[in-house]
Amino acid sequence: MSLQFDKQTFWLVGGVLALLVFSSLIGWWLSLRVTSDSGKATVQNFNARTRAWWTMVAVFGLAMATGGIGSVVLFALTSFLALREFITLTPTRRGDHRSLFWVFFIILPLQYYLIAIKWYGLFSVMIPVYAFLLIPIRAAMAGDCENFLERTAKVQWGLMVCVYCVSYVPALLSLDIPGYEGQNGKLMFYFVLVAQISDVLQYVWGKTLGRHKIAPTVSPNKTWEGFIGGVACATLIGAALWWATPFTPLASAGMSLAITLMGFGGGLVMSAIKRDRGVKDYGTLIEGHGGMMDRIDSLCFAAPVFFHLTRYFFTPT
Amino acid sequence: MTKTLLVALARLVSGANVRWAGCGPEVRQRVYFANHTSNLDGLVVWASLPPRVRALTRLVGARDYWSKGPLRRYVAGRVLNAVLIERKKPTAHDNPLADMLAALGDRYSLIIFPEGGRQTGLEMAPFKGGLFHLAKDRPDVEFVPVLIENLNRILPKGEFLSVPLLGSVTFGAPLKLETGEEKVRFLERAQAAVKALREL
Repeated sequence: MSLQFDKQTFWLVGGVLALLVFSSLIGWWLSLRVTSDSGKATVQNFNARTRAWWTMVAVFGLAMATGGIGSVVLFALTSFLALREFITLTPTRRGDHRSLFWVFFIILPLQYYLIAIKWYGLFSVMIPVYAFLLIPIRAAMAGDCENFLERTAKVQWGLMVCVYCVSYVPALLSLDIPGYEGQNGKLMFYFVLVAQISDVLQYVWGKTLGRHKIAPTVSPNKTWEGFIGGVACATLIGAALWWATPFTPLASAGMSLAITLMGFGGGLVMSAIKRDRGVKDYGTLIEGHGGMMDRIDSLCFAAPVFFHLTRYFFTPT
Repeated sequence: MTKTLLVALARLVSGANVRWAGCGPEVRQRVYFANHTSNLDGLVVWASLPPRVRALTRLVGARDYWSKGPLRRYVAGRVLNAVLIERKKPTAHDNPLADMLAALGDRYSLIIFPEGGRQTGLEMAPFKGGLFHLAKDRPDVEFVPVLIENLNRILPKGEFLSVPLLGSVTFGAPLKLETGEEKVRFLERAQAAVKALREL
């Protein structure tokens, strides 16, 4: 699993770095201009987010540079941290202890091992079929019937979202796309870039022009202006990056639209869970962003869809 | 070296989020009293203190637990500088209160679990009298309520494999024994102070 570094990768990485320099400069300029307290708080949050982005880009870049295995390890770790936040927020009981141990230390590593050896036939069904059936069996053997369905559903949901869905990001490296051999690293980069930039643009559009809230009970920050502006811009950016992908410009726009729409949905769903549990963020891991789950909510929902769309339309199987 | 490693390990396993809500991590004589649900509790509270406070803070543990096997003895004696007390059959010679007072001396702080043992339910057990007697004998010492959350899910009683969830340790505002305050009243107030930290 080696990824070649070609001219296009260079442009992608260069573009992202230029963007980071640009937003760092903007943040610095804003910090000099803003005087009101609420404005200062916004700018501080913006700058904290930018700093966190530098770190995240560095880590992601490093993982890509080590070839496929680095990316698999990075996303395994991401899954681990996200699942940890998710289960922490979810009330489980004593009787779930052993099945949780299985989830963290056997199913999660196994899923990423299957991704690393590119065994599509098993990694695509291991969690939805085998783990789905084995976890409730283990929990039932523990003998605690109270809220059984609810508890089991929560553990399985966490596993699906935090492990199964996230693992589809490095799974992009296993696709055999004719004429694109050895270049899948760019596809993964493209996917993460579009999903994350859509988040950023929705945030920026929402902060500047946002008026009409989409679902105020779920997420007060999501507005129609932010949604439309962010999705449109991210789709255009995705279309403009078609040269790095196996897609035509039009197909690339369609793929980006799918990524951004699913990403938006992911953010909304994960917010609803946070509201229900009465918290603002899943954790405190990433400064300005909250926890790991707060940062990857859009990736979770977009990755499996992007993977399967690409697999269906662009691979011969 | 072992200490640094153990502190890092305790923080990693517990993922503990440490909050100081009511007092700061100052170097002064204190008794930290906490709810008790997991074998990790003592270690994690101790590890969540900053190094200079930690160096002067001793864990009060049950002798029957901490003197079992060479590893526990080593950790209790060499690393935690623990005060081991007899909880099953206290006698005039083997009096937990005297041991705790002696350990406190004029420089050390203590971490104690006034419920007297790990609880498995959601509710805290009534506090034992030792806390009251400590407060009565040492009015100069601050009594800090500590709430430990989620560690019972990370390593519940009776399990030996831990699950990596995120725990939290919250330090509350110090409590003082009021003049003429009765034992029962003070113990209830102390327990309520720990419980109140859940709402933060």
